Amino acid sequence: MLKQIEGSRAVAEAIGLCRPEVICAYPITPQTHIVEGLSELVREGVIENCEYINVESEFAALSVAIGASAAGARSYTATSSQGLLFMAEAVYNAAGLGLPIVMTLGNRAIGAPINIWNDHSDSMAMRDSGWIQLHAENNQEALDLHILAFRLAEEVSCPVMVNVDGFILTHAYERVDLPRQEQVDAFLPPYEPVQVLDLADPVSIGAMVGPDAFAEVRYLAHYKQLMALERIPVLSADFREKFGRESGGLFHSYRCDDAEVVVIALGSVNGTIKDVIDEMRSGGYKIGSISITSFRPFPLVALREVLSRARKLVVVEKNLAVGLGGILSSNIRMALRGLVQPVHTVIAGLGGRPITMKSLAEVFHKAFKNELEDTHYLDLDWNAINRELDRSRAARRSGPIAENILRDLGGIEKRA
Amino acid sequence: MEHPFAITLDVGSSLANRTGSWRTSRPVYVKHLPPCNDTCPAGENIQAWLFRAEEGNYHLAWQEIMKNNPLPAIMGRACYHTCESVCNRARVDETVGIHAVERFLGDMAIANGWTVTIDKPVSGKKVLVVGSGPAGLSAAYHLTRLGHKAIIHEAAAQTGGLMRYGIPTYRLPRRVLDAEIARIEAMGVEVRLNRRVEDLGAAMAEEGADAVFLASGAQNTRLVDFPTDGSVQVRDAISLLREIEDKRAQLDIGKRVAVYGGGNVAIDAARSAIRLGAKEVIIVYRRTRATMPAHDFEVVEALEEGIELRVLRTIERIENGGLVLEERVLTDTNRSNPTGRFEYLEKVDTVVMALGQLVDNNSFLKGVPGLEFVGDGVKVDNLLRSGREGVWAGGDLIPAERNLTLAVGHGKLAARQIDAYLRGETYVHPPRGKIAKFEKLNSWYYADAPKTIQPALSLIRRQSGFEEVLGNLDESNALYEARRCMSCGNCFECDNCYGACPDNAIIKVGPGQGFEFKYDYCKGCGLCVTECPCGAIDMVPETI
Amino acid sequence: MEEMPREQQVKFYQKGTYTVGNRLVNAKSRAVQSSITRNNSLTSGHRACQGCGEALGARYAIDAAMRACNNRVMAVNATGCLEVFTTPYPETSWQIPWLHSLFGNAAAVATGVAAATRVKGKPEIRIIAQGGDGGTTDIGFGCLSGMFERNDDVLYICYDNEGYMNTGVQRSSATPPTARTATTPAVGKEPGNVFGTGKNLPRIAMAHGIPYVATASVAALHDLEAKVTKAMSFRGARYIHIQVPCPLGWGSSPASTINVARLSVKCGLFPLFEAERGEVTSSVPIRNPIPVIDFLRTQRRFAHLMKGGEENERKIAKLQAIADENIRRYNLVRKEV
Repeated sequence: MLKQIEGSRAVAEAIGLCRPEVICAYPITPQTHIVEGLSELVREGVIENCEYINVESEFAALSVAIGASAAGARSYTATSSQGLLFMAEAVYNAAGLGLPIVMTLGNRAIGAPINIWNDHSDSMAMRDSGWIQLHAENNQEALDLHILAFRLAEEVSCPVMVNVDGFILTHAYERVDLPRQEQVDAFLPPYEPVQVLDLADPVSIGAMVGPDAFAEVRYLAHYKQLMALERIPVLSADFREKFGRESGGLFHSYRCDDAEVVVIALGSVNGTIKDVIDEMRSGGYKIGSISITSFRPFPLVALREVLSRARKLVVVEKNLAVGLGGILSSNIRMALRGLVQPVHTVIAGLGGRPITMKSLAEVFHKAFKNELEDTHYLDLDWNAINRELDRSRAARRSGPIAENILRDLGGIEKRA
Repeated sequence: MEHPFAITLDVGSSLANRTGSWRTSRPVYVKHLPPCNDTCPAGENIQAWLFRAEEGNYHLAWQEIMKNNPLPAIMGRACYHTCESVCNRARVDETVGIHAVERFLGDMAIANGWTVTIDKPVSGKKVLVVGSGPAGLSAAYHLTRLGHKAIIHEAAAQTGGLMRYGIPTYRLPRRVLDAEIARIEAMGVEVRLNRRVEDLGAAMAEEGADAVFLASGAQNTRLVDFPTDGSVQVRDAISLLREIEDKRAQLDIGKRVAVYGGGNVAIDAARSAIRLGAKEVIIVYRRTRATMPAHDFEVVEALEEGIELRVLRTIERIENGGLVLEERVLTDTNRSNPTGRFEYLEKVDTVVMALGQLVDNNSFLKGVPGLEFVGDGVKVDNLLRSGREGVWAGGDLIPAERNLTLAVGHGKLAARQIDAYLRGETYVHPPRGKIAKFEKLNSWYYADAPKTIQPALSLIRRQSGFEEVLGNLDESNALYEARRCMSCGNCFECDNCYGACPDNAIIKVGPGQGFEFKYDYCKGCGLCVTECPCGAIDMVPETI
Repeated sequence: MEEMPREQQVKFYQKGTYTVGNRLVNAKSRAVQSSITRNNSLTSGHRACQGCGEALGARYAIDAAMRACNNRVMAVNATGCLEVFTTPYPETSWQIPWLHSLFGNAAAVATGVAAATRVKGKPEIRIIAQGGDGGTTDIGFGCLSGMFERNDDVLYICYDNEGYMNTGVQRSSATPPTARTATTPAVGKEPGNVFGTGKNLPRIAMAHGIPYVATASVAALHDLEAKVTKAMSFRGARYIHIQVPCPLGWGSSPASTINVARLSVKCGLFPLFEAERGEVTSSVPIRNPIPVIDFLRTQRRFAHLMKGGEENERKIAKLQAIADENIRRYNLVRKEV
């Protein structure tokens, strides 16, 4: 059924169609509308046989989900940013215990300075926690990926984090096609856990594992992700068959076949990138793009096959691994190891900074002209930065950089 | 179900981890000797029979007593129960009234006609027992249970020895005495009354006896010479008590009676005198009350009955119908020394001499070859063997503390010796365990009396003092009393070790079968030892 | 509630009235721990230290809960001694469905398990969350308070050994004043733990108004079992705080674990009481009360207090005042009626 609704509502309704049994809710912008929607759906009885639990923190939210999942219930929660970090210990724990929890992450920057707007700093902080991380390009995919996520999580006994760009998707009203309950039921069988708290077959879950077996446990977690790498295309194909549309997969290629320059990105920015590509294609530039859906597991082999055909790669990413550069581009370099194609990093959209078509087009043109730096910072205010750097060179202890830059920009009053 | 590797484990799998290897010392279940048992002259296993009594199994409890003592109804009344003076319970609240429970069981046995079994097949051997007092009866009883024929020669017209002729009826009703002796006779012990042994060899030959136990007692009164003008009647306590037994109450002893001596016989004589109608009875004793050999509770009862104590006095002479007494002083070493100061006790009708008894060794004993004497008593070794092969001696006849319960113990020991002798074996005394001291107990687990129950408790304690006028304990009291036993040094299956082990390293075998350690898992923490209420677990170092 | 089963009060003088079992009373009046068929929910082969009070307390509590709920119990365990010594791969000592997630989230995980059993239509399954004092009064406090406030159907049991023993005896908010730990060493001007205001979790639990709160001791088994049994008769959030001495951390002999716990109760520092919906409903009167010093001197963690001097006297007096306040507040020393 087609509906013009907010992204968060679309996600909430999709979760409802997945027949969740335990939902743990704790508010944090920009994820909040999802759990609000779910609360309504549960109370109205749209979602049946479901425990909706308001908890006191994100740490508790995921912990309740851990308990519920270990006891055999299909469990869901959602969070963002600081919330993800607050539950970080439980994030690793859920993955370590192999519990197929599905969690929506309304992607958002991490403070300080506190910032509620979109980037991918939060999910990247947890990229090695053992969770499968899927990124939605638009609201339709956000909706679809959740349905896929439960099926995938429960098949491989691994939690799945569905990344939905904060505000850009969560708060955007778009037209989405909501599947019917029978369709979802046909795609997503009831949860059958491989390990569960059961009086009839008691086990101890969560043992302490020492040097004699810890490495094996970690390898098995890695192996699980490699399995997921095989399952994602299969499940996506099944999804296409049952729902009649393309969603998920490891990544989406756009006009890459003869592309000399391929742009790579996660999430919603791919929409903008495609528009720029269309423009440049009409200008004769052989450019294409890859929108990565499965960041974890990272499809090294499949990407290598596609990317090795291009002359040059430009990775647009909404995070900055401070002290290193781009995380996604590092991962791409890993996919291309041994090959000669240059991989450029474009750090963009941090803390919700708009990524405009104009700026992207400039960068892509520079790439064609071999003028693009190794790491490019999109639309950075170099004046503010240079003033701060000059000041700090003069007086080492000049206070918080953020405050100073804001002062230079006129955001706050200068001290008398 | 297949579980994820390592993080999910099958329940109870830690049983594979044998933590017993951590141990440096191990707990072991032990049986220590309760102080009551240790001190009982008759060798009763008091803790064991209280264990049965406390569960209401009175018949088993009585059988347990009967293993060592054939006269529980008598002992429960007339024994001076040294067991109670060492009872560890006194450190918690008050001593357990052991004698009261014993008497309760003894009376129940009489009322129900309970009997014991003969433990061994008939041996065909015969044993002559001289004397039917507590030692003789005890020996005859045990010999019978051991399969031998016991024949008692008794000089008097009735059985019982000093139990009949020495213990006043108010302490020991004769129906009780008769019943317990009758039970022994019914087992097959033959008693020949009015049979004073004159020639032991002839008596043995007559009975065809293979061995002899001498238990003819000490009936002669120790005499002290002091001048008398004949104005006061002088009697000895033993003959007085005997005469009371024969003539009952028809004896005139006068209105004002002095008893000379401070032992239990003196008290018996004094209290009997009251019962014979004396208005005033004065006990004259050369030391202090604290040093009187008589048991304190007897003295207390005597005082309650109005008897007067005149301590630190000796009788100097009798004159003008009264006694001249000399004051004495006690030295640091408890000697009673004269002072040269005198006083006069006027209008005394009778003086009863109760200064102790002597063995009449001017009797047939003289003619027994090999028999030797120490003082007036027959000399025996620590196994009661006399100088003559095949002849044992016990009770008041030998130099030892003279009391009823010890005599019963002698009878048992002699019987076991004689049994071994007749079978050509050597009797080995079972080893004695370590004493179960109060410090080894964890008395926390025993309920102590709340203040409301304390008065009732004291009452019971007094009632159990065996005044026949006060009667027996009823069943609930007896049970109550038996359950106060702390079972010192002996497991009573309270499950504390089983419950307190943090490692589940104890197997509860089942009722009556106690517990076992699972040394595969016991880490040797010792919690079971500390929490055992009765100190029945010891820690011993591991030998590696 | 009295420490002694009612039947035993009638015939007061009975051998071993306060023992685990008593062959003289009917089986129902004996402790669960006396039974051959007790569950041994925590079985042999675990790696707790010799004389571990927590191993004892956990078996006592879970076995009692199992008896009370017809063996339909699942447990969630916080990180800590109890978790580490019971479930090191490849062996577990637990005999019931058991889940360990993290140090600070046992209460929340238990909420999740309880929610799952509800949604699965198995309300007969009862959920217990358990942890040490660190996992309860400190790091797990937020989740615990949330579980209480929502009145989730979970019994939370805190095994309080008054410190972080698993990590090598550090101070927790349950460590008593003056006690020596690795982070409150007995040196300097204020040796041992400081006198704070205390963090009395049973009372905090009561302040949530949850259906049932109780304190218990490994030295009062009948009482402990009765309280666990009672707790299982309620639905909603329940809390039992069990004092479990740690020979290592307290510096007491492994053989004296129960005795030390007993002294703690007898001196008034650890009051035994229960409360329903925020109101104290009963307390266990102290049998043969003792001064706190008799408790303190059994443990090396208080050894520095025993060196004499005015300052130490003052501190002991302050500890006595805490005990006296407990005695007053919970009416622990009563006249015989």
